[in-house]
Amino acid sequence: MLDNNQLLRFTTAGSVDDGKSTLIGRLLYDSKSIFEDQLEAVENTSKRKGHEGVDLALFTDGLRDEREQGITIDVAYRYFTTPKRKFIIADTPGHIQYTRNMVTGASTANAAIILVDARHGVIEQTKRHSFIASLLQIPHVIVCINKMDLVDYSEDAFNRVIEQYEEFSSKMLVRDIRFIPISALKGDNVVNRSGNMDWYQGAPLLHTLETLHISSDLNKVDARFPVQTVLRPQSHDENRDYRGYAGRVASGIFRPGDEITVMPSGFTSRIKSIDIFEGEVEEAFAPMSVSITLEEDIDIGRGDMIVRSNNKPEPSQDIEVMLCWLNNSPAKPRGKYRIRHTSNEQTAMIKEVVYKIDINTLERNSEDKELKMNDISKVKIRTTKPLMIDPYRENRTTGSIILIDDATNETVAAGMVV
Amino acid sequence: MSKYYLNYLDELESEAIYVLREVWAQFQNPAILFSGGKDSIVVTHLAKKAFHPCKIPFSLMHVDTGHNFPETIKFRDDLIQELGAKLIVGSVQESIDQGRVAEERGKNATRNALQITTLLDAIEEHKIDCAIGGGRRDEEKARAKERFFSHRDDFGQWDPKNQRPELWNLFNGKHFEGEHFRAFPISNWTEMDVWNYIKRENIKIPSLYFAHEREVVWRQNSWIPNSEFLKLDETEEIVVKKIRFRTLGDITITGGIESDADTIEKIALEVSAMRQTERGNRSDDKRSETSMEDRKRQGYF
Repeated sequence: MLDNNQLLRFTTAGSVDDGKSTLIGRLLYDSKSIFEDQLEAVENTSKRKGHEGVDLALFTDGLRDEREQGITIDVAYRYFTTPKRKFIIADTPGHIQYTRNMVTGASTANAAIILVDARHGVIEQTKRHSFIASLLQIPHVIVCINKMDLVDYSEDAFNRVIEQYEEFSSKMLVRDIRFIPISALKGDNVVNRSGNMDWYQGAPLLHTLETLHISSDLNKVDARFPVQTVLRPQSHDENRDYRGYAGRVASGIFRPGDEITVMPSGFTSRIKSIDIFEGEVEEAFAPMSVSITLEEDIDIGRGDMIVRSNNKPEPSQDIEVMLCWLNNSPAKPRGKYRIRHTSNEQTAMIKEVVYKIDINTLERNSEDKELKMNDISKVKIRTTKPLMIDPYRENRTTGSIILIDDATNETVAAGMVV
Repeated sequence: MSKYYLNYLDELESEAIYVLREVWAQFQNPAILFSGGKDSIVVTHLAKKAFHPCKIPFSLMHVDTGHNFPETIKFRDDLIQELGAKLIVGSVQESIDQGRVAEERGKNATRNALQITTLLDAIEEHKIDCAIGGGRRDEEKARAKERFFSHRDDFGQWDPKNQRPELWNLFNGKHFEGEHFRAFPISNWTEMDVWNYIKRENIKIPSLYFAHEREVVWRQNSWIPNSEFLKLDETEEIVVKKIRFRTLGDITITGGIESDADTIEKIALEVSAMRQTERGNRSDDKRSETSMEDRKRQGYF
């Protein structure tokens, strides 16, 4: 593996019937990421369950309950590496009740794989998955039209699905959509090019994943640095006056000498140095973890944000977000919650539910105001102090929030700033 | 291609440093669970980098089963001295002496499961509200579902079906008195990533990871080291082999593999060609298909 190889995170959406587990098993198996003892265990289980050959889906089975029920119940992470990239798969279930898991897996993904059964074409679930991918602003969507072996590898069947898909997806904001005809079961166009579909000129799935251009997906314009903690050594050596603001660059590029403003206080200064363990660096960009020192001594702490003075986020106490409810208990009407935004935390109230989205029809419902588990809605939130927010579509880090219920400490909702 | 991107190791490192700083910011009294194995060594190294030029702000907690490799203990003590960090030891022997747990019986008896009680007792005694572990999601299927911030109830138990959703990088470490968290900064690393990182950063690791001659016995498909705790049956025979260990646990349950890899470079090369998972040599994971999940639910590492 080369030293300059990148990491690509992708999510897979689809139900058991779409062959999602089989697809992941196929990717792992054909890219030689399965170890002998794992293979042996899966062969034994396959035999015990009376399957012919190796049931590839078993590679991704995790917890005891799932193995018993034969379904995936949570987000599970898988890893594999090719000579070109390291991959992290967030494997999420496709059932309707598990929207929250899909949203979770999608939140950090560079790419989404959406599976469609070639026999059934676009179904409600396809729309739901695509909607979530666009809501979470996953930059690249790869629609895999699976089970091509069951439709005689027909180009017409493939084109029909593309047509159906484009008809409904035209309303969604996705920057890059591709379509690949595959058979996860038989291995067509997953890792190896299929000999059964000469009419398909594009690349197989793995090659597509290896070559997606992802470094331009990050926001390099708006310099944002949420402060996680302050580094002040308790020593008497040369570091005794050191005061570094530790954090991870959310977006943009910082350089020593930059004029910066600390939000929300509004104090201004210049960057003196950007430090990592090995020494000073000339620039810092997302997602680098660094420590920033300033020319002036300013009172800065966790929750503050260092930004470039000529490009500041909008501090706001009234924010509109697309909210996904994640908890078994519905939202309390005009309920108060803790809101987390980068390293900042405030109290917030859900002032108004503007509309709910029926994720099967994608229609808006302005009548039903109750936020239940897996509901996606547009809401208005009021916070006790201003948050330094950017729209989510411009910045996935400074445009995202979670809500925490003080009574249970649970994370009850996730939101994307409109 | 734009120059503004990180390679995979830099991105993993940056993510881990971010997690460690979140732990420091969100908890009162976090500690690193230090086993002397490569993963907890890497986590400790990352903590050193995350808080530089401050001293590492976590104490190191070691659950001592009494069935240690002597090399591990020496390594631990040297590292503590170098870092100037505080060491907390939870002793399984003490838990046995106090009657908190009972020793397993039989040829394959280990103190592996007994560690859970000692670990939870030590967390309670020292009021640790976040125990930072070197667990990786690629290690084992139950670990594939772990969060970066993983909640434990007031009995120290993990409920895999009721985990807090973890979105973006917004970690929620809120908890009630008596509850604690486990944090896993290198969740997204694979065994290969760990070795490549050790190589790149030139991190010191115990000599046990390098090929060396050792008295061993063939048991459950791997070479179990001879020690005062080993009970042989009639069919078993002690032999001398050139071996190394891929993971380090108790001396009673950690199997070695035959190898000539005596440098980090050779180990990295060997690992990349491996066709068996690293925990394949750990008899604690072989007891049943869900043995890791069952132990984790109770509060295991």
